Amino acid sequence: MATKIIMPQLGESVVEGTVTTWLKKEGDTIAEYDSLLEINTDKVDTEIPSPAGGTILKILVPEGTTVRAGTVLAWIGQPGEEVPAGEPVEALQKTPGPVGEPAEPAVDALRQAQEPVGEPTEPAVDALRQAQAPVGEPAEPPAEPVETQPVAPERDLGFISPVVARLAKDKQVDLNQVKGTGQGGRITKKDVMDYLASGPSTKEAPAEVSPWDTPGEGDLFRPTELMFSTGKPPAVEPAEGQPPVVRQAPQPAPVPAEGKVEDRLIPHTTMRKRIAEHMVLSKHTSPHVTTVMESDFKQVVAHYEKNKEAFARDGVKLTYTAYFAAAAAAALRAFPLVNSSWSDEGVVVHPQVNLSIAVSLGEEGLIVPVIPNADGLSLLGLARAINDIASRARAHRLKPDEVRGGTFSITNHGTSGSLFATPVINQPQSAILGVGAVKKRAVVIDGDAIAVRPMVYLSLTFDHRILDGASADGFLAKVVEILDNWPA
Amino acid sequence: MELSNDTKLEMYWMMLLSRRLDERAWVLHRQGRIAFHISGIGQEAAQVGAAFALRRGEDWVTPYYRDLALMICLGYTPRDFLLALTGKKAEPTSGARQMPSHWSLRKANAVSHSAPVATQCPHAAGIGLAIKMRKEDKVVLTNLGEGSTSQGEWYEAVNWAAIHQLPVIFMVENNQYAISVPADKQMAVPSSADKACGMGLRGISVDGTDVYAVYTTVAEAVAHARAGNGPTLIEARMYRLTPHSSDDDDRTYRSREEVDEAKKTDPLTVARQTLEGEGLLTKAKLEEMEARVKEMVDDAVQFAEKADYPDVADAMFPVYAEEVGRG
Amino acid sequence: MAEITLIDAIRQAMDEELGRDESVFIVGEDVGKRGGVFRATMGLFEKYGEERVIDSPLAELSIVGVGIGAALYGMRPICEIQFADFIYPAFNQIVSEAAKMCYRSNGEWTVPMVIRAPYGGGIGGGLYHSQSVEAFFAHVPGLKVVIPSNPYDAKGLLKSAVRDPNPVIYLEPKKGYRLIRGEVPEGDFTVPIGPANVTRKGSDLTVYAYGMMHYYTLQAAEKLASEGVDVEVVDLRTIYPVDKQTVLESVKKTGKALIVHEDNLTGGYGGEIAAIIAEEAFTDLDAPVRRLCGPDVPAVPFSHPLQDWFMPNPDKIAKAMRDLAAY
Repeated sequence: MATKIIMPQLGESVVEGTVTTWLKKEGDTIAEYDSLLEINTDKVDTEIPSPAGGTILKILVPEGTTVRAGTVLAWIGQPGEEVPAGEPVEALQKTPGPVGEPAEPAVDALRQAQEPVGEPTEPAVDALRQAQAPVGEPAEPPAEPVETQPVAPERDLGFISPVVARLAKDKQVDLNQVKGTGQGGRITKKDVMDYLASGPSTKEAPAEVSPWDTPGEGDLFRPTELMFSTGKPPAVEPAEGQPPVVRQAPQPAPVPAEGKVEDRLIPHTTMRKRIAEHMVLSKHTSPHVTTVMESDFKQVVAHYEKNKEAFARDGVKLTYTAYFAAAAAAALRAFPLVNSSWSDEGVVVHPQVNLSIAVSLGEEGLIVPVIPNADGLSLLGLARAINDIASRARAHRLKPDEVRGGTFSITNHGTSGSLFATPVINQPQSAILGVGAVKKRAVVIDGDAIAVRPMVYLSLTFDHRILDGASADGFLAKVVEILDNWPA
Repeated sequence: MELSNDTKLEMYWMMLLSRRLDERAWVLHRQGRIAFHISGIGQEAAQVGAAFALRRGEDWVTPYYRDLALMICLGYTPRDFLLALTGKKAEPTSGARQMPSHWSLRKANAVSHSAPVATQCPHAAGIGLAIKMRKEDKVVLTNLGEGSTSQGEWYEAVNWAAIHQLPVIFMVENNQYAISVPADKQMAVPSSADKACGMGLRGISVDGTDVYAVYTTVAEAVAHARAGNGPTLIEARMYRLTPHSSDDDDRTYRSREEVDEAKKTDPLTVARQTLEGEGLLTKAKLEEMEARVKEMVDDAVQFAEKADYPDVADAMFPVYAEEVGRG
Repeated sequence: MAEITLIDAIRQAMDEELGRDESVFIVGEDVGKRGGVFRATMGLFEKYGEERVIDSPLAELSIVGVGIGAALYGMRPICEIQFADFIYPAFNQIVSEAAKMCYRSNGEWTVPMVIRAPYGGGIGGGLYHSQSVEAFFAHVPGLKVVIPSNPYDAKGLLKSAVRDPNPVIYLEPKKGYRLIRGEVPEGDFTVPIGPANVTRKGSDLTVYAYGMMHYYTLQAAEKLASEGVDVEVVDLRTIYPVDKQTVLESVKKTGKALIVHEDNLTGGYGGEIAAIIAEEAFTDLDAPVRRLCGPDVPAVPFSHPLQDWFMPNPDKIAKAMRDLAAY
């Protein structure tokens, strides 16, 4: 077995040396510890004693050549012995032992670093929860053959990292749709970015709170020309550069560099307490089921465009809400069971149609004043009544009686950009009509033609104790029919 | 190096002013008006004698915490001291960041120091090195207690000064105690000056209660250093007449008899007697000096107690030189 | 532009600064005739003389303490600690004196000085010629801590350090002294203290490193690039005060962070970077922040297999990158 002579590392920082003189030549014999060559390094000049006795088989590095420490300079062995091949002169000879395998402690440290300690942290979970339920309240499973949209199958998403949770929330990404390529199928940031790059356009962050609960700045009775101006897309999809009509989720207060800001407590107002009590009560009282249909608003828009000037001359601001109210009132006459309340003795059917109209008071809350005998009012009368109660509601000048005695409710969450929603029933009523945003869509009309039409989703959330799917659908279909066929 | 009569009286005035300030600090502490005081009573003669041997304001000083009288000689005022005792914003040495008696006076070339002892000694050697490199004829005086001569920092500093013949005067104020530990538990030699012999510099021991003797000794060492002949180690022998600090009770480790005996050589008394003996200090003159001192000390107390505390907003600065003047 | 080694760049910087400013001087063990045990000061003794390239006594605290004194006087000392492992005797002077001088004197005194020390393992130096000491000093307000990873930065940062009005700890990855080469312009230029440097742009993960580990990290990043992983590398360069902005910008882009240093894991500098990221970039994280560091044994063992076990190297770094990329 031949012995190799290497350029030694003569000093802690020395990395190279120069062969100055070979004291033996190839074929010479040498005894162990006899001087073999002289070298020169940055720090010292020295003779190198031979590490073995034998014959100089091969000198690889000629005099005057500088090589890195560890380079094989020569081979010593028995005469005629083969010199191992494959050792290039420039190769840096390392000390024995596997190089490249990570040392155990480093691996341990890494392993510790890899293992997420315990459960994902709360903020991540919260963010995920929000990300998974972007429209606020989870929908109740329909008990009756209500038509439902196909939903992506739920799957175990694994660990959701903070940035993935944030992206999902900000970009409204349903993580169920995203293929995970990370460890154990985890969804990585890159997966989300790839999904967004390939997928449909994204929206801004949704409201954290159901829009009908606290519509915020949204004007429930926004003039229709703002909501649906001529030839422009509806307000839901704002043109580029314009602020979206959709409310932004409340942003956390910026945290100053020094220390954290405490959570802010907003003491409950009386209104907030009442809203909370009522919402909880309602959800506990009625088994909520929601059914959704859509209406072609072409006729209504035509009527609106034709008549708004005339209404304005009468001092009345015509809004789409008036059309919904009119349609609902007419449908309630056709389906009196919807205009009812539950009692232990039986279902109480109300002879009068008193429409409750949800009015936003911004952050303060909302109030639901009543238009009594709405079925007796013309479109003009309804529009005027809506103008009146809405403005007085915002001025806090409603009389107590004006918020009592409603028999059926309408909430126009479309003003906040919502397409359809599942509102909470205004107890002790049997149902509530949710009105989405009017939006131009391509629709298939009779004869398999495709047309661009202003469309709106209407949802009816009803008390399943009183109404069954078929009767509820019948009522809602009636509302749709009236709106679809509004005489222009 | 003969002192004029005026200079002798001026030296006495510095000792007297320092003593009365120091005494007032004890009173204020016992009244609960200040939080801490560390005293130099009994050490005024050595400090004043050494200060007067310097070109004050030109030569450099790295003092230690008992050097109130030295600092007074260098231009530190009673108002400055009271601002430090009360921790007020206008305190000139550190903006009340340091405890009182942790000196610094840039305009007098008196360097800021810390609390662990002898740390100022290597600085003195470095200043001496710089003086030598700049070929100037200044000197640097570094004061320390005898306990500090146990520290490696002191040995390393003395060694440097001796090797490079630096213009440094190491003055050990041997007041017999390092808090409670007596000098014979600090060293196996009778005098701190004996430590010089193995390190290649001169070691001189002098009566530290005699302001004029200290002056003469230090003045000679200064001349030696200024001439480029290197450092001198001087031990000034004295006695710490008070407890270590306002938080210490010296009755737990030394007898009253011992302290009373030491009071017989109180340097202030010794200096007064000398001046009286030479006819330089009359009773009337002494009373006039005492009255003026009291007036100054009273004024300083009132001034400091009325002064503002530092702004918390300023506490972040200046950590780096770029931040000086900020906040 | 010449390609030179790291140590040549350091020597050039000192040579040019000595030539530029007469107040600059070098002090340390064997820095004179020998030119330093690593030959960092080779030729400077002959060029600038024994008064400006000073062989100190074999006492580290005095190298720093004397340097502080000279700096207080207005000099610009470059103190060489022969091995970072030997810096602990000077710890008190660095941490308690130099670092605190400006703050404790409310800006009256500043200490413009450089403390150079070769650090790090992988050179067969065993426990006492291999240590990494940066974490101790990166904890101390008043100090600046600089660690170059290449000749260009080494020269530019050292010049900045010499001209800085504060004490700067300048740690040199000694394994890279002659291993790391790079192009360095001749003549005067500086690299500012503070900003980190993104030395490799990437999108999949960020590796933070400095000194020798930065050199290895770049090698590992190249390897990962051939595997399709796009690594961003941040050379911190100044670890105190740290460039938070660059640290955060990078991780916000990549979502994954690995910190590599050869110092022990626990309480090491990587924890600080991890904490900054956790506090200020939590919602940008796509994986736990990871550290690849020396194990928690007292220091690097001597025997080569043991040393290899201790030291991070390009293969270990590549593996850590691979794992993080796959997360």
